[in-house]
Amino acid sequence: MFDIFKMRAEAVNAEVHRFRSGSAALDFVLRFLQKEGVTDNPGSYAVWADCRFLDGADRKQLSEKVPGLKFDFSRETAAESKIGITQMDWAVADTGSLVQDSTAVEQRLASSLPLIHVALAATDRLLADLPSLLTKIGPKESGYMAVITGPSRTADIERVLTIGVHGPERLIIIFVDGPGAMDQ
Amino acid sequence: MKKEFRESINTALQNANLTGALGRFSEAYRTSRARAYEGIDFEALRTRIAELKSYAASHLDMLAETFSQNAEARGAKVFRTTNPEKIKEYIVNVAGENGVRSVVKSKSMASEEIHLNPYLEDHGIHVSETDLGEWIIQLAGQRPSHMVLPAIHMTKEEVAELFSKEVHERLSTDIPQLVKVARNRLRTKFLNAGMGISGANIAVAETGSIVIVTNEGNARLVTTLPKIHIAIIGIEKLVAEFKDIVPILTALPKSATAQLLTSYVSIITGQTPNTDGSMKKLHIILMDNRRTEMANDPRFRQALQCIRCASCLNVCPVFRLVGGHVFGKVYTGGIGTILTAWFDEMKKSEDIQSLCIQCGNCKEVCPAKIDIPELILEIRRRLVKDAGQSITQKAIFYVVNNRRLFHSMLRTASLTQKPFVKGGFIRHLPMFLSDLTELRSLPPIAPVPFRDKFKESSRSKISKKKGKVVFFAGCLIDFAYPDMGNAVVKILNKADIEVAFPEDQTCCGAPARYSGAYEVAGQNAIDNIKALMKEDAQYIVSACPTCTVALKHEFINTFDSLGKNDWLPQAREIAGRAMDFSTFVKKLADEGRLTFKDGALEKSSPLLTYHDSCHMKRTLNVHDQPRELLKKSGFDLVEMFESDMCCGMGGTYSLKLPEISSPILQRKLKNIRSTSASIVAMDCPGCVMQIKGGFDKEGVAIKVMHTAELIEQQIE
Repeated sequence: MFDIFKMRAEAVNAEVHRFRSGSAALDFVLRFLQKEGVTDNPGSYAVWADCRFLDGADRKQLSEKVPGLKFDFSRETAAESKIGITQMDWAVADTGSLVQDSTAVEQRLASSLPLIHVALAATDRLLADLPSLLTKIGPKESGYMAVITGPSRTADIERVLTIGVHGPERLIIIFVDGPGAMDQ
Repeated sequence: MKKEFRESINTALQNANLTGALGRFSEAYRTSRARAYEGIDFEALRTRIAELKSYAASHLDMLAETFSQNAEARGAKVFRTTNPEKIKEYIVNVAGENGVRSVVKSKSMASEEIHLNPYLEDHGIHVSETDLGEWIIQLAGQRPSHMVLPAIHMTKEEVAELFSKEVHERLSTDIPQLVKVARNRLRTKFLNAGMGISGANIAVAETGSIVIVTNEGNARLVTTLPKIHIAIIGIEKLVAEFKDIVPILTALPKSATAQLLTSYVSIITGQTPNTDGSMKKLHIILMDNRRTEMANDPRFRQALQCIRCASCLNVCPVFRLVGGHVFGKVYTGGIGTILTAWFDEMKKSEDIQSLCIQCGNCKEVCPAKIDIPELILEIRRRLVKDAGQSITQKAIFYVVNNRRLFHSMLRTASLTQKPFVKGGFIRHLPMFLSDLTELRSLPPIAPVPFRDKFKESSRSKISKKKGKVVFFAGCLIDFAYPDMGNAVVKILNKADIEVAFPEDQTCCGAPARYSGAYEVAGQNAIDNIKALMKEDAQYIVSACPTCTVALKHEFINTFDSLGKNDWLPQAREIAGRAMDFSTFVKKLADEGRLTFKDGALEKSSPLLTYHDSCHMKRTLNVHDQPRELLKKSGFDLVEMFESDMCCGMGGTYSLKLPEISSPILQRKLKNIRSTSASIVAMDCPGCVMQIKGGFDKEGVAIKVMHTAELIEQQIE
């Protein structure tokens, strides 16, 4: 199922990575933030929306490692961020989609305003298709259900596909294997 | 047809940007759409959508009520109205109460329908469209030319010019750079807006949820950043249950943009928190605007099944030439014609409905199974019923229905034009038929019509009779192409079938029907039924797909529309007996009743390409049979690009709108030429007339022939 997901997601310009452990994934994220030049300056922040992956993590220590990485943020901060990190609840293989209960507004701010969206997902939360997804999540559980498939795109000028309009121009998907993968 | 309308067509046809961009898009669309639907049972999917949307259309009131209760239980305010003016007032009031000065909008056709933007601007509220295409259109002060691709008619140069003015900076025509400029410019507007206005693609009664589908991510910002969100939703977007969203979300992106899924699908149920911890004010406006009336009309209710994918625009041979602007203010293309007739005014669709050439491409791809061509004909019928036919039209139908008079008139015309007959074609025709020669040469009228030739020809060529068939000739074979009729008779005789030709048969009624003159078409049907029922034969065979469709379907539909129920049993009887030439002959060959000469064409085996006529391919669903017959006859078949795209004939369409018929024909001729075939075969005498005439005008020596004529020599 992961292979189908990867194929579908990459076909719509997402970048897909997979790690055996949470710590390996965390290392990758931190290196990625540094590589992309995250600094404590407007326009170069990174915002990380609250999620299970962060449970037990020392956020202060992470912010010290990567200055500019913020865990409590306003919409202005999110708008001044280059990177937003969120954890997704489900992934759907046959369309290469990620799904999140985005009722909490910071989840939407972090995944829609920055130029790059880093999306974490547990490999065991990968589902086959849309019908199986709807057995797991629906309007009862979520006031704002977000299904994200690849980065933001348009073809409104001369039918030329252009990536990155109002949403992120890059979508980095990071799968973490193992039961309880999202617990640090 | 109004003069301004004709002018708008000509303006569109001369706009190379528009026709170029639309043409390239529609050519690519077919392939990419097919790829997106790979592995999916499209028929099953669209049957499901048609069922659930049809259920919704029959229960609008109940679903709207359930939706309102469930959405309000989650903190939304639902406002339901039939009156578009009330919607605008409501929005201005909400803006006023909350001190809103600026609004960001994501794409909403419903708001276009009620002309919301100018109203808000008049009330001092600044509106920014945020969908890139819509924003371009807004800056240009234009109207969208396509429901899904609003700015498809504009070039990057024009966009660069517009954006340069907007940001006071000289911009290059680099598209990614232009998109960045839009992102930055609109970002500020998103962050400062007091209200977000969106549409919705689906509204779920069971849960009070709204579903919004976008690619750019603007709807996410519109529904997240401002503290007020107003969603304007046409009540036809309602579905009963949450699970109903699956088939719609499966089909919509594939049909609209050939994507498996759009980048973003947002499912919003009730209030959500704002960034300052307060709860968002969510207003949902359920707009009726004549939708309930439409639901109460048994013929038009199915139009409410539309999911607004615009695939009917993308496959339309006319739309790809003229684009959306000729259609008027809001909805465009096939479904747009129907929606305009209802949401605006039937009368306003008078001109735009005439654009439909009835090729049936849209019906084939519609994910909601709407019979768009049939509904457009129904509009035509109602318009004619209200206003009556023009005198010229009446005269034409009078003549067409009088067989001998029609032939002698055509014949006279043909003879008086003798000096102009060149290479078997008339260059000019007098009287009301003169327009016919504008874009292609016409065949000369046969000196002896088929009906008289048939009398001359002996019926006793059969050794031992094994069945009897009634031959329905139709006007073109009868008067212009009797040789096609002769070929049919010879082939049937070779299978020891006796052919009967009832003298009283007349025009199949298609020209009248496609002009909305259902009374005339109904009379044609009655006359034909009387004539055809006289002969006791198992099959009625026609070598014209349009006539076959009339026999198999349109007699019934016409009686149905006219309420002439007493004729329905006979019409059904005829329908059961009718069969097109190729299907019938293929059946005979399969049964071993016809054999093909061995290696008759072996030495040369000429390269041949096949043109699928609209009625043959899409209404009768016949495409393989003629190809197999031709291959068995020794022809080397090569497929052309878009073999089943209309040739532009469309019966009287080529008379009424030669300026559109001509470029459609040119495209067809080009696709035929590109195959290097020396022969193009088809099963429709109308297509033969159009394509043969086109090549004659061009001076191209490609043979244009009916399948019957090509295979007759090759059958033992």
